[in-house]
Amino acid sequence: MTTLSPPRGAGRAGSSSPARSPRRQRDRRSWTGWGFIGPFMAVFALVFLAPIGYSIYLSLFRDQLVGGTTFVGFENYQRAFEDPQFWSALGRVSLFLAVQVPIMLFLALLVALALDSGRLYGTNFFRISIFLPYAVPAVVATIMWSFMYGSRFGLIGNINDAFGVSIPDPLSPELILAAIGNIVTWEFIGYNMLIFYSALRVIPHSLYEAAEIDGAGQLRVITAIKLPAIRGALVIATIFSIIGSFQLFNEPSILQKLAPNAITTYFTPNLYTYSLSFSGQQHNYAATVAIIMGVFTMIIAYAVQLRGMRKEA
Amino acid sequence: MGTPASAVRLRTPRRPRPPHSVNRPRRSLTLTLLTGLVLVYTLVPLVWLFINATKTQGSLFDSFGLWFSGDFALWDNIGKTLSYNDGAFVRWLLNTLLYVVAGAGGATLLAVLGGYALAKFTFPGKRGVFAVIIGAVAVPGTALAIPTFLMFSQMGLTNTPWAVIIPSLISPFGLYLMWVFASEAIPTELLEAARIDGSSEIGTFFRVSLPLLAPGIVTVLLFTMVATWNNYFLPLIMIKDPDWYPLTVGLNSWKDQAATAGGEAIFNLVITGSLLTIIPLVIAFLLLQRYWQSGLSAGSVKE
Repeated sequence: MTTLSPPRGAGRAGSSSPARSPRRQRDRRSWTGWGFIGPFMAVFALVFLAPIGYSIYLSLFRDQLVGGTTFVGFENYQRAFEDPQFWSALGRVSLFLAVQVPIMLFLALLVALALDSGRLYGTNFFRISIFLPYAVPAVVATIMWSFMYGSRFGLIGNINDAFGVSIPDPLSPELILAAIGNIVTWEFIGYNMLIFYSALRVIPHSLYEAAEIDGAGQLRVITAIKLPAIRGALVIATIFSIIGSFQLFNEPSILQKLAPNAITTYFTPNLYTYSLSFSGQQHNYAATVAIIMGVFTMIIAYAVQLRGMRKEA
Repeated sequence: MGTPASAVRLRTPRRPRPPHSVNRPRRSLTLTLLTGLVLVYTLVPLVWLFINATKTQGSLFDSFGLWFSGDFALWDNIGKTLSYNDGAFVRWLLNTLLYVVAGAGGATLLAVLGGYALAKFTFPGKRGVFAVIIGAVAVPGTALAIPTFLMFSQMGLTNTPWAVIIPSLISPFGLYLMWVFASEAIPTELLEAARIDGSSEIGTFFRVSLPLLAPGIVTVLLFTMVATWNNYFLPLIMIKDPDWYPLTVGLNSWKDQAATAGGEAIFNLVITGSLLTIIPLVIAFLLLQRYWQSGLSAGSVKE
């Protein structure tokens, strides 16, 4: 059971595993538990397991106007690996991931540490206000930022007019990825901050007292006590962010109408599967790309988890 | 009689404190200002949204983005937003409420029952259940969306509310949160005691466990609510009929209207509609702050 215990989430770093068997003394296993988890598993099978199976099935066929559906084995997979549009999309989200995720998580961590230090005026106000963007739908966030980016009635336009400068257009092909990175950072900085903050609150204060007696400074407390203690939360936040980056869809898809030259139909892997499915009617190939991305994401997430947790032992 | 206590109380404020002990750190203006930069970053777009929801379409273009223009058109904008296109916004709002009540409510119910089972029962196949659910958390939701769409399309469920509600019913994160919360919040001894007293498992769940799970339930409900209220991708692919749009998809269709040939630009309504869309969730988070924050840090009261 312990080997299957999930990654520790917010607020649980270092505490006992929830999977510890509560009724080990009782040998007779009861089916009562299924009565409670049964409904979840039934819906789960319908919306998780069945689509995965169906998508694997689809990926092995090709649907043609002439000739109907034929079994093609791994041909779709081969096509994906030789598809420059797929690679371009994957490269773009990888670049996004390499730049945006560290910046966002670093900022979130700094804010969480600042809040946890108790040295701020109005800690509660800061915490709830910085968290608020999480409640804003991606659609609204993207609409707000795209209007602000705009040169017509946006802030960029205002600044250009007021100072007689010309800030480069964030919606241009060169800057669009950074502009999206800013929106995503804005949306999730508070959420990650909250994960880190909850984990920091669990650290026993006796550790800080001991460190103080030993003459440790603030920085030393952070590096020697706080960061190791919230490693679990850091790993979780990193994994969620990686999954999020590979899934990037909402922001580019909403911006597409405003910046059609900058955002192609294969801007991200997800946008690509969406375009393949709904504009190109290539469901089989879309399913293949979705599977490859799913497997790819799982491998990366798993590797990060292994790396992150290894040092804990 | 009360002398010693009041003496202590009188003396407390005068007790000399170490300048910055761990439990009573000295407040820092510099740190507050630096964190304030992040605060400004998170709040400016929201302030921008509010300010611009008070402007007419015309003054959106000729006034400074971060300050009010001459005429205060907020109420007028709200009225127009609600009535534009035969009240499409109200229809979308009701759809969103339906999706949230059924989707997030159902997801919370399933997560509470499932998390409780994982935390408090041993049953055949439990290891398998763990493995499958944890594996599934790593599967990107959007990788599933297209096969789910195709499946639902064959079942005739697309373009109906079911297509949005059914996939919303599963929240692996909610299940995980409930599982952690239930194992901390419900002492196993209490369940044993209830069983010895002859209470049925269902009865025990409702009378003993449910009250103890309340903060966890509020937390899961709030997070599934956000997920459903803010969901865009799923309804985008599942729903073609604007009558079944949720707010997110509807708002985006209004925004795109300006870019389509012959479409009327309604930026003021898009902005006001955006404001109206976020207000309920912001209020929910502010009002329920105490509950969801205690639910999130379940088991954190170790000292």
